[in-house]
Amino acid sequence: MQLAGSRFTDATAMLGNDLATLPDFPAEIRAPAGTLHGVSAFQIHFASRDILTPGDHPNVLVAMNPAALKTNLAALEKGGTIVANEDAFTDNNLRKAGYQANPLEDGSLDDYQLFRVPMTTMTVRATEGIEGIMAKDQQRTKNVFALGLLSWMYGRPTEITVEWIEKKFAGNPGIRDANLNAFRAGYNFGETAELLAVHYEVKPAPVEPGTYRNINGTSATAMGLIAASVKSGLRMVYASYPITPASELLHELSRHKRFGVRTMQAEDEIAAAGMVVGAAFGGSLGVTASSGPGLDLKAETIGLGVMLELPMVIVDVQRAGPSTGMPTKTEQGDLMLAMYGRHGESPLPIVAAYTPGQCFDAAIEAVRIAVKYRTPVILLTDTFLANSSEPWRLPDVSQIPPIDPRFATGPNGEDGAFLPYLRDENLARPWAVPGTPGLRHRIGGLEKQHETGNISYDPTNHALMTRLRAEKVAKVADDMPPLEVDHEDGAEVLVLGWGSSYGSIRAAVRRVRMKGRKVASAHLFHLNPLPHDLEEVLRSYRKVIVPEMNMGQLVKIIRAEYLVDAESVTKVEGLPFFADELEAAILEHA
Amino acid sequence: MSTNGHTNGHGTPLPMTKKDFSSDQETRWCPGCGDYAILATVQSLMPELGVPPERTVFISGIGCAGRFVYYMDTYGMHSIHGRAPALATGLAVSRPELSVWVVTGDGDSLSIGGNHLIHALRRNVPIKILLFNNQIYGLTKGQYSPTSEQGKVTKSTPFGSQDHPFNPLALALGAEATFVARAVDTDRGHVADVLRAAAQHKGASFVEIYQNCNVFNDGAFDALREKEPRKRNMIMLEAGQPIRFGEDNERGVVHRPDGSLEIVDVADVGEEALVIHDPEHRDPSLAFALAHLAERPIGPTPVGVFRSVSRPVYAEGLYDELEEARNSVGDEELHELLTGGDAWTVPAA
Ligand code: SF4
Repeated sequence: MQLAGSRFTDATAMLGNDLATLPDFPAEIRAPAGTLHGVSAFQIHFASRDILTPGDHPNVLVAMNPAALKTNLAALEKGGTIVANEDAFTDNNLRKAGYQANPLEDGSLDDYQLFRVPMTTMTVRATEGIEGIMAKDQQRTKNVFALGLLSWMYGRPTEITVEWIEKKFAGNPGIRDANLNAFRAGYNFGETAELLAVHYEVKPAPVEPGTYRNINGTSATAMGLIAASVKSGLRMVYASYPITPASELLHELSRHKRFGVRTMQAEDEIAAAGMVVGAAFGGSLGVTASSGPGLDLKAETIGLGVMLELPMVIVDVQRAGPSTGMPTKTEQGDLMLAMYGRHGESPLPIVAAYTPGQCFDAAIEAVRIAVKYRTPVILLTDTFLANSSEPWRLPDVSQIPPIDPRFATGPNGEDGAFLPYLRDENLARPWAVPGTPGLRHRIGGLEKQHETGNISYDPTNHALMTRLRAEKVAKVADDMPPLEVDHEDGAEVLVLGWGSSYGSIRAAVRRVRMKGRKVASAHLFHLNPLPHDLEEVLRSYRKVIVPEMNMGQLVKIIRAEYLVDAESVTKVEGLPFFADELEAAILEHA
Repeated sequence: MSTNGHTNGHGTPLPMTKKDFSSDQETRWCPGCGDYAILATVQSLMPELGVPPERTVFISGIGCAGRFVYYMDTYGMHSIHGRAPALATGLAVSRPELSVWVVTGDGDSLSIGGNHLIHALRRNVPIKILLFNNQIYGLTKGQYSPTSEQGKVTKSTPFGSQDHPFNPLALALGAEATFVARAVDTDRGHVADVLRAAAQHKGASFVEIYQNCNVFNDGAFDALREKEPRKRNMIMLEAGQPIRFGEDNERGVVHRPDGSLEIVDVADVGEEALVIHDPEHRDPSLAFALAHLAERPIGPTPVGVFRSVSRPVYAEGLYDELEEARNSVGDEELHELLTGGDAWTVPAA
């Protein structure tokens, strides 16, 4: 089903509709088909105006079996359309999904527009007699049948999908033909069957001129990192340990040998971070990624990075916790971990991406800060960003500013001495890589003497170094542009967000305004340090509302930093905010 | 000739000396610690290896051995507990022209860092790992270590430890290490020989150095360090030579009919019956049996190179390919990458 969903996404984007998607797939890799936890759904939302959230309630649900119906029905808007594969509503499947009676027959779906389509039968018939095709393969193409049906219902062009099928299965003519037949059968069924009386037509949305592509957060992150490698001239060394949902980044980057990307699958999360520190010491752009459980394990090594003051980037694709939690479900639960999850006074810059395409800019920004200030930087994304896609307007690569590694090339002290902790105007120390004559030095996790970098247990020196490390991180705010506030005259309420809830917040704010209420919103890209002007912005509103997919983490920081009585709106269901939920919350507080 | 990059005024490069590799930092080990002897040996050996100090990197973890890096005037990193092999992997893979050494201890590499050690060995990463085995935790003041004998009475085990110890060489062999050797700290000439071989090996080399901790575990290796007993106990392994030892070379090692090893009097079996040492044998059986010949270093104990075989080095060759690729891409290729296969253009209205 994931495959069918992403095809539909591509076809939709090509047509010029704006879109956002939310894949919602089960954690178990091969959950038994038909059981509730084995349901794979793919929600897509498209419209002629810009789409901000895939959350909200969909208008149509394609239920391939009773379990899919049961799991997703709650999300469907009242009066929405259900297209059900009636062949799959067998006694056995109904029992597995926990239905006493067949919902297609017992009137329980009367509030919806229900279409029963014998998809399995029709698919099998459409794919009969193709050479080299087994019954199992025939069955499998029913998702493509459904895709054909939806393509007709929503007036999606068929060429893109047909071309894609031809390319994808070029090496296997039997499978290719089965998929093509199933797709056309679904499309034609929609066209001819009187059953489907509704035919939606969606007009293209007006968008900014430029070259676009569909991109998900994982690919955008990978491309941002590659762009940063090209723009800095630094070789990228990416080490990670497989973990959902961050493994996708390893897969993606591993394909880009052409850009000299060196990927390593480490023996564990700790080793991945260690390899990155080693690579950074050697003058490479060291990057590792993980999700919450892995970030826990990397904490010690990141602390070493803070002490060594070497550039590196740690991507945390957040997922629902604690512990193993819900690996495939999204959450913003790691902000406190990123901020404070190391022993001692161990500050580091934190950047949070807020849309799938914007992960590109976020990755470049993380590298820029890391290199300029010689520090580990944590880049927060989440499952939702990583897996969702949106049309992304390609940046002009010649306009992406270069990143200068400023390697140390010669002694910086008296009499040809080299002082590894002599800081520049940004409080950053020299990056002197092994192999450079005249700059031999030793660094380590022990406290350093100011400038010389020798081991020091001196009390005042430790106080000084602790302060310098903190000041250096605070300096990152000097580079930030003023916080963008979507203000409205007369607004007394500010909605302040971070990360992937961007789309939901903007959509909710728009709805609130449509109801005639005044509200402003702002979204934080940098979470540490916070922008210089944030306090002033916060103080210019009577009320500040902070929606987060956690139990209220940014709100704690805001309250602690500025003594502003911000209100928290939280959701921890493993799902993004729906715009209507946020709308209600804002209306309540505003 | 190896040089230090300086010239003598006539343009002739001066040879490197021990001084080029010795830092100005005051050594802080306990007086009498075995680490001093190892440090002196390594500093003297380095010039001979031909790699200038700026291309040499020492990486250590935590423990008394960890301080080693501060005393070498090379590039160095005193990292965190147990992780040095992982850090060294990241460095060696991204900078293959460097000579990367890991200095670790028994707690560092066999307890908290066990995982990184075995994986660096199996990958055959081009690094040289020196394990200073003193069979005790020194820096944390005297707890038993993963190489302490069972029943060891320490501060954390007042009634004797319950743990069966690791045999570091057997562990390394089990992890598919391609170079495995052992030496004794004070045997400076032999330590140098073994390290020279380790340095020349392509891939990961693993050297266990018995190191006396005279404060918390004094005498653990007396059987091999003291003048009289060492004559009886030191089994010097030499490639191609029959394995024999003793004051008058009167003892030797033979295969039992079941393939295991046994120590015998040469007079009883004849010289032809002795096992010929073959570290380059593909099959690690002999090396493994030799590693187990002495479960504890309290009687006859083999030292020297147990195994030295060649196997592809981790990611060898890939570096050049990646560097070449990296140097040939720019904005144009980047633009192409971003465009992907499925881009579309929205014209200006
Ligand atoms: S505690 Fe033992 S190993 Fe550590 S420096 Fe002292 S003697 Fe050496």
